[in-house]
Amino acid sequence: MRVAAGQGFWGDELEAPVRQVEGGPIDYLVLDYLAEVTMSILRKQRSRDPAAGYARDFVSLMERIFPACVSRGIRVVSNAGGVNPEGCAQALVEAGKRAGAAGKATVALVTGDDLMDRLEHLIDEGHELRHMESGRPLAEVLGRVQSANVYLGAAPIVDALGRGASVVLTGRAVDAALTYAPMAHELGWSFDDYDRLAAGVVAGHLNECGAQSTGGNCSAEWWTIPDLANVGFPIVEAEADGTFVVTKHPGTGGVVNRATVTEQLVYEIGDPSAYMGPDVVADFTTVEIDDLGGDRVRVRGATGRPPPERLKVSVAYSAGWKSAGTLTYTWPDAAAKARAASRVLLERLDRLGLAFAETHVELVGWDSTHGALVGEPPADLPEVQLRVAVRADERAPVERFTREIAPLVLTGPPSVTGYATGRPRVDEIVAFWPALIERQAVEPHVKVEMLRV
Amino acid sequence: MTRVQLVRLAHARSGDKGDTANVGVIAYEPEHYQLLRQHVTAERVKAHLAELVRGEVERFELPKVSALNFLLHEALGGGGTLSLRTDSQGKVLSTALLRMEIDVPDDVAHAVRGRGRVPAGWSPSIR
Repeated sequence: MRVAAGQGFWGDELEAPVRQVEGGPIDYLVLDYLAEVTMSILRKQRSRDPAAGYARDFVSLMERIFPACVSRGIRVVSNAGGVNPEGCAQALVEAGKRAGAAGKATVALVTGDDLMDRLEHLIDEGHELRHMESGRPLAEVLGRVQSANVYLGAAPIVDALGRGASVVLTGRAVDAALTYAPMAHELGWSFDDYDRLAAGVVAGHLNECGAQSTGGNCSAEWWTIPDLANVGFPIVEAEADGTFVVTKHPGTGGVVNRATVTEQLVYEIGDPSAYMGPDVVADFTTVEIDDLGGDRVRVRGATGRPPPERLKVSVAYSAGWKSAGTLTYTWPDAAAKARAASRVLLERLDRLGLAFAETHVELVGWDSTHGALVGEPPADLPEVQLRVAVRADERAPVERFTREIAPLVLTGPPSVTGYATGRPRVDEIVAFWPALIERQAVEPHVKVEMLRV
Repeated sequence: MTRVQLVRLAHARSGDKGDTANVGVIAYEPEHYQLLRQHVTAERVKAHLAELVRGEVERFELPKVSALNFLLHEALGGGGTLSLRTDSQGKVLSTALLRMEIDVPDDVAHAVRGRGRVPAGWSPSIR
């Protein structure tokens, strides 16, 4: 069975899922739209428009590919539902009808991940939802919470596929589950078969960031990777014992080799012997990667243990305001001018009595990413961009900061340009509060609803 | 022994989880994994990235894929959305780590000469 990845995040290349459907045989197309920050953006959209709050791109994409998916029997699994999976499902059903799939497809809607409406009740019941790093109880920021979602596992998706869904739509499910739920369904894995589930988690991890497994953002001799303009997204070819091959459609760009797959294996992991998830704790250290050549890499040997008692919750809350302004300084002594300008700016902010939680100065083109590792800039540096950023609990001081950048052009050090784009934007900060919750507070609320197109 | 930059021996990818970043470092050649294991210790990484990483550095080993994984705590200026840094999600901490220098046998240094960096004269128009 072949599970193809079509999106690595909301904002990923729009044509990629179409290439996955058109480029060769696949059984499942999985579309991951949700990152930590996405849920709060969607929540904000829904507060302005009750019909919004999901990845609208998904609906327009499905309208394009619905006929091909129906005729070729390709089933789609996606977390595009965001904070409004019901609204997304409704729009999807209508898109299916417009695409001529009426009577030929069923949409399964998975809900129960969204805790927003019962958050206070949960806290009253004694679920403290303490921050996983700081240990502070959620009650401290309850009034500022914007979204709260549990990471669901594969069980409701497997249930939906068993009931014949053509499209399974979820809110916050773990990214990897979009891939390993179809594997468990097709290959008959049970939820206590931890080694196979772990293999599925590894497959999902390699699929969930799209082209990061097939040559995108790969630091291993990146200049040798061909045709990224037409990069093929990953496809997992899975066998019943959990062994799988990562590949891509013939004729697409990029490459699948030991380096591209290994870089994604280690991406955003903690202790590789205990990769935590709602269905299994996967051990990545037993995984073996064999490059078979011809854009085929075999992955096997993952092992798993029973999952933790509690599920992970991702809470987003407002945590103040920030902004960053930039100006470009040129030779001679570009860095000295930029630094002098930052002193002038910070002193003015200080004299205005503005209260910032933090200020930050970088020289883009010199030290903004590697910091002090790069040493002192040479006097002959041709140019450098000064970037000053501030953060505050209130909006007003940040707003005032944005008006203090342009004046530096006439009132600060010389040979400065690059201010024509106007005042920098002020952004609300939405911060994350990872927490854990007992399964019994969540699992009875998880529902799978079948909708006819 | 010859001093070489890690970029000659390994490639890497980094990302974030809250205010913790991870950097996965992978040996180009499996036979160089032991050199990485020996020289690229948590202590050395902590010292190398001292200014960027405020918290502890943990190291994990993945010998079957010739990789080390480093967890860098308090490494992102508060994490994802709070951070004021350009690299607020630690996406390029990988390359900061690849600047590190380690001492390797002369024959290894010779074998990896020119590795990991764009060859002289290369341009994007050349396929």
